[in-house]
Amino acid sequence: MSSDIYVAVEQRDGEIARVSLELIGEAKRLASELGQKAYAMLLGDNIKGKAKELIEYGADGVIFVEDPMLAEYATEPYAKAVSAVINECSPEIVLFGATSIGRDLAPRVAARVGTGLTADCTRLDLDFSNYVEYASKNTNLDTSALAPGDADAGLMQTRPAFGGNIMATILCKTRPQMASVRPGVMKMAERDAARVGEIREMNVGFSPEDMNVAIKEVVRETHKTTDIADAKCLVSGGRGIGGPEFFGKLKELAELLGGDFSSSRANVDAGWAPKDRQVGQTGKTVRPELYLACGISGAIQHVAGMEGSDFIIAINKNEDAAIFEVADLGIVGDVRAIVPKLIEAVAKYKAKAEGIMKGDTDAIQDF
Amino acid sequence: MKIVVCIKQVPDTSEVKLDSKTGRLMREGVPSIINPDDKSGIEAALRIKEETGGSVAVVSMGPPQADFALREALAMGCDEAYLITAKEFAGSDTFATAKILAGALGKIGFDLIITGRQAIDGDTAQVGPQIAENLNIPQVSYVEDIEVNGCALTVKRQFEDRYHILEVKTPCLLTALSELAPPRYMHVRGTVEAYEKEVQTLGFEDLAGTFDPSCIGLAGSPTSVYKSFGKKPKGAGEMHKNLSADEAVSLIISKMAERHII
Amino acid sequence: MDFKLSKQHLLQQKLYRDFAEAEIRPIAQEMDETETFSMDLLGKLHKYGLMGIPFSRAYGGSGGDYLGFSLCMEEVSKIDGATGLTMSVHSLACSCIDNFGTEEQKQRFLRPLVDGSKTGCFGLTEPNAGSDAAGQQSKAVLYHDKYTINGTKIFTTNSGFADTFVMFAMTDKSKGIRGISAFLVEKGAPGLAVGPNIRRMGVRASSNCEVSYENVEVPASNRLGKEGDGFKIAMKALDGGRIGIAAQAVGLAQGALNEAVKYAKERKQFGKRISSFQSSQFKIADLQTRIDAARLMTHRAAAARDNGENYSSHAAMAKLFASRMANDVCRECVQLMGGYGYCREYPVERALRDAKITEIYEGTSEVMQMVIAGAMKVF
Repeated sequence: MSSDIYVAVEQRDGEIARVSLELIGEAKRLASELGQKAYAMLLGDNIKGKAKELIEYGADGVIFVEDPMLAEYATEPYAKAVSAVINECSPEIVLFGATSIGRDLAPRVAARVGTGLTADCTRLDLDFSNYVEYASKNTNLDTSALAPGDADAGLMQTRPAFGGNIMATILCKTRPQMASVRPGVMKMAERDAARVGEIREMNVGFSPEDMNVAIKEVVRETHKTTDIADAKCLVSGGRGIGGPEFFGKLKELAELLGGDFSSSRANVDAGWAPKDRQVGQTGKTVRPELYLACGISGAIQHVAGMEGSDFIIAINKNEDAAIFEVADLGIVGDVRAIVPKLIEAVAKYKAKAEGIMKGDTDAIQDF
Repeated sequence: MKIVVCIKQVPDTSEVKLDSKTGRLMREGVPSIINPDDKSGIEAALRIKEETGGSVAVVSMGPPQADFALREALAMGCDEAYLITAKEFAGSDTFATAKILAGALGKIGFDLIITGRQAIDGDTAQVGPQIAENLNIPQVSYVEDIEVNGCALTVKRQFEDRYHILEVKTPCLLTALSELAPPRYMHVRGTVEAYEKEVQTLGFEDLAGTFDPSCIGLAGSPTSVYKSFGKKPKGAGEMHKNLSADEAVSLIISKMAERHII
Repeated sequence: MDFKLSKQHLLQQKLYRDFAEAEIRPIAQEMDETETFSMDLLGKLHKYGLMGIPFSRAYGGSGGDYLGFSLCMEEVSKIDGATGLTMSVHSLACSCIDNFGTEEQKQRFLRPLVDGSKTGCFGLTEPNAGSDAAGQQSKAVLYHDKYTINGTKIFTTNSGFADTFVMFAMTDKSKGIRGISAFLVEKGAPGLAVGPNIRRMGVRASSNCEVSYENVEVPASNRLGKEGDGFKIAMKALDGGRIGIAAQAVGLAQGALNEAVKYAKERKQFGKRISSFQSSQFKIADLQTRIDAARLMTHRAAAARDNGENYSSHAAMAKLFASRMANDVCRECVQLMGGYGYCREYPVERALRDAKITEIYEGTSEVMQMVIAGAMKVF
């Protein structure tokens, strides 16, 4: 039995998913609390070449499994491979990305290896004092009533429940402790090209029957490749923008700010914006440096997906809108009047700033 | 084809509100509904039955009140309903729930099992795949379309950046997205007939031997809730009510500049 | 005594509520503005069995009861009074056939009306015969197994799109109300003409036209009941119909109050939410109490009918009380919401306009008083 922490790495077409790098960062942080190591499990066809990247992002070692069956995701071959690694290496903790792959794979594996699983975690703690500090600072939990003995409970897995209305911390009494973690929640470590680690292949012994579904067709949807979780700045539209055409303005502003546009659920449901733009409980969790909420009322499900943003600006006509409760800067006003002016002002500001960098004296005087 | 749909009765979480003073959930008066993904699964099953024949049974594990959700499924057109309920089952996590449901499904018999992708109260998406593992049958989750060709199904499986067209043979388990099939309403006649039919109850004794009793209930569940709590409201930011559009714009610009966003 | 709805009724209530929220709410205002009833909505009402609630499954009906029907009327009317009216009048036509039709007539006429294929209307009122039904001027003359019908009916709800017309005409003028007979006329019959929609204050989405019968021939087998049974047939149908109208009034009032309460919780004046003023709280409490009283009376009348008891005066009292209550409550709700309540953007002004007719149709309040006093033997 080891006390190491393993990450089931997700790859699509040979590219490592961002969430897996975030999880390696988190695993490394947790492993340091345990005085143990963070390992990555890398599955795919001809995937070995990606192992170094995982080391550079913080993994102490990589165990890879290669087989043509693992080229595209299919439940059984992946479940078999991950279960084999777990059975051989006996990790203390196994982490998955809470994606449409991880949320299919993790429960199947948990049932197979006979352990518990916590879905969609947004926070993991091994160090009890860190947990207490987090809880007393950010939640209404009465931390003075926590028993000191709880410090030995293992991994404290915190996740939203009831549609984001409450948070719950889950414990697992079996090993490994398994969790899936929402993309965009954990911090990636800085890439360090000088890092080295052990890279080891594992032979799982696949048989053709393991492929119990036939993949007839793989259709990549290019319009779906935008990942708002990657944007450093998001300009987000709610029902208050009045109509789908106003997303053009939001997009223009977002591009000026070097970011992307996103949407509330209502607008996605109304067909004003594509599903992959949706922020919130049933959409994506985002934590950009700036979240500009335009005409968004701030339903709790929406807030659950964006409240981790560094700086939140909200513009809404209704001064009672719930979005103002999480906003750092709240403006009661008409987003349709403000946004076009804001586009102009940002463009002007940037032009001037660039002028200064170029040494344009007129611009410096104006500034 | 014998299709069994697993459903969960859940509180309508969009109606759940937080008491801003205590941070507690206000569950009083919140209606109980059939979990939306599960309801889409019922619709998909009924459509398959209408096109290719067979029968649709609906199964729910929960307290006796879950009978109401099963009656709704009957009123939509399902043929049979099973309520899996026992005090021994209470407190089961997804691991234990899947053990119990798999035991019940083995007893009821099936060609195809459909579950919702996830329930809106727990959002775990775990029970479907774990039932499949316990029954040792293939699973396809995040299903957006189903086509039946004899004992083979062609399904569209959704991912974030792509979809797969998969072929899978029965017996198997699919988890339905709410996009799979927008559910029909009950028929008024269905509501009348739903209470003329019997909802069959499967208790602890009825399922004896289908699972290891030490793996179920609160004691048999590997995971447990340590604490649940509300979030502390974020410290209030600044709010401006009476600015002109131009004033608002200058303020936003200055804040962005202050934080080096522009 | 048990004041709880059965599980089966609760399940029906959920259906009606879900249906009204998803199918009617998004189009209610537009239907009112354009004074047009959505044929798509009519199709869905049929499809899910909402047009055949209290009728026997033996004839393709939904197999429910009048309590279920009144739950439906309430839920639908919470969102839109006109949809409630459309269902109510259809049901009135069906109940005439259900109560008095022969087996052959039930198979031929009732089945399509309750199995979701056809829509019915009910033509009793004439330009010169409103509350005084005996003033009928429409005539039906029998000759060689065929009746020839002549006359004009006014305010025939659903007539713009109905397939089956239950109508009343004099077969023997000398017998007064005992000379009235009931007939089934099918859409497209030569001589049957439906005029333009009559423009009204409320329930504007419902179809309501003048219908003229000019030498319309129907076989004698299209006569409901015996010659002279017409008045009895109409009155029995209206007795039951009043339960539906009472439920419609309850729905209109509850729908308006729900909107007003929602508004009062959001709207701030003088620095406080309107709902936090005790004057608002007391007002709202009073309105809800009156709605609940009307609802109990309505359910009692429906339950009496379902149990085969005499319900005529229960139904009349329920309608009398509920329709007045609805007018008062809707007016107070507009007042609670102030200027916004008066705006067409909010549904409360529509509820107020819709509520007025509940004091008039299927027997005016004055006719209800006559029925109640009659049952009390106050002559």
